[in-house]
Amino acid sequence: MTSRLQQTKGGFNFDNHVRNTMMEGKGMGIPKATKTGTTIVGLIYKDGLVLGADTRATAGPIVADKNCEKIHYLAPNMYCCGAGTAADTEMTTALISSQLELHRLSTGRQARVVTAMTMLKQMLFKYQGQIGAALILGGVDINGPHLYTIYPHGSTDKLPYVTMGSGSLAAMSVFESRFKPDLSREEGISLVQEAIEAGIFNDLGSGSNVDIVVINSEKVEVLRNYAKPNERGVKEASYKYQRGTTEVLKTSIRDLVDIKETVNIHTSEAMDIS
Amino acid sequence: MEYNGGAVVAMVGKNCVAIACDKRLGVQAMTISTEFPKTFQATPKTYIGLPGLATDVQTLSEKFRFKVNMYKLKEEREIEPRTLAHLVSSTLYERRFGPWFVEPVIAGLDKENRPFICSTDLIGCINFAKDFVVSGTTSNQLYGMCESLWEPDLEPEDLFETISQSLMNAVDRDCLSGWGAQVTVITPDQVITRTLKSRQD
Repeated sequence: MTSRLQQTKGGFNFDNHVRNTMMEGKGMGIPKATKTGTTIVGLIYKDGLVLGADTRATAGPIVADKNCEKIHYLAPNMYCCGAGTAADTEMTTALISSQLELHRLSTGRQARVVTAMTMLKQMLFKYQGQIGAALILGGVDINGPHLYTIYPHGSTDKLPYVTMGSGSLAAMSVFESRFKPDLSREEGISLVQEAIEAGIFNDLGSGSNVDIVVINSEKVEVLRNYAKPNERGVKEASYKYQRGTTEVLKTSIRDLVDIKETVNIHTSEAMDIS
Repeated sequence: MEYNGGAVVAMVGKNCVAIACDKRLGVQAMTISTEFPKTFQATPKTYIGLPGLATDVQTLSEKFRFKVNMYKLKEEREIEPRTLAHLVSSTLYERRFGPWFVEPVIAGLDKENRPFICSTDLIGCINFAKDFVVSGTTSNQLYGMCESLWEPDLEPEDLFETISQSLMNAVDRDCLSGWGAQVTVITPDQVITRTLKSRQD
């Protein structure tokens, strides 16, 4: 469709930057972006890998979301845990996921984990750490399972067991004392659960539930809210206000009417085409 | 956020949603207007709340009106609330390094009349909630009110009372918000907008 209206060109827009720094200089408070304090972990077991994450999102000291998703889909054989600025992890993984889908369609092959890792690190390095995304990338391809950590500045590690986020120390203490190569699927899942729970209970930035994703060459299992160690108690009383408590000055009601269209097709005589 | 003040809250009920806002426009401690609602209609069954810096509230409400209209013309259907949430999110993330100072809230019913609410931060991180979302300078107080007053499966009339009392009692503990309130309850066959009688201090 041709349009004379301005279209977005893609990429970031810096138009507000000068205004915002001026306002910040005059002492105006800037709203806090949602961060994921976060404990995210991953480990390689006998025939694949397990990724784990907590589900707390924070804005300063306030819990912004009690049950958010931090394990993002990248490709059918790859998932990515995100820590740091929530919008950055969300958008970075979505962007790379879309590029991987196009890559898969144009090559006709399953994308490799190194490809995703390289795309992520090159993007993060390009933005010099300004995009605050700390990631754990896990996936299985023709070369077997791979587990990477990617830091906001673009550096990467390839290790058999990894942790990231503010709860990384708590989680790593569990891994360091109990990890061993060639764990079974069940052992792997329970070690990841314990590592995430160490973060949930010992790190203030992490909390609520445990999400787990298990990837091996056969299948991918997304175990959302695998463990719920912090279920909320039931309220003892109802705090419903009696109807009519609130004083109303003006009411306007818009009735929504369902408009149904019936189309009558009149079949006329068939055209003579002899 | 603190420059102009403002509060927005949205809640899910039984086959309905409600979105409410205060009506104050201030310049720091000085009140300029008491007729500055912060919720805007996007589609017949979807509303968007925009608390934050007033200049950006106005710019973005027009920007979203334009984008929602363009979507309607291109797709020949109304935008779904979930789609609108992603439109808002990417509009804000485009300005990741020079953001608009708003924290939008979206509330509506989708095409199967299922309730949908969400909020985003100023750079577009979406928070999908099943119960309630809060935003603006009063967010801390609203969290407290909503955590205690909200319960599942409220009928539209009860949802109205719950959201109204949550908002009014929260803004009483915030100097920068209040001076009137507007509540919109969206049900499958009615959109009821009420202006509340509230404290004027």
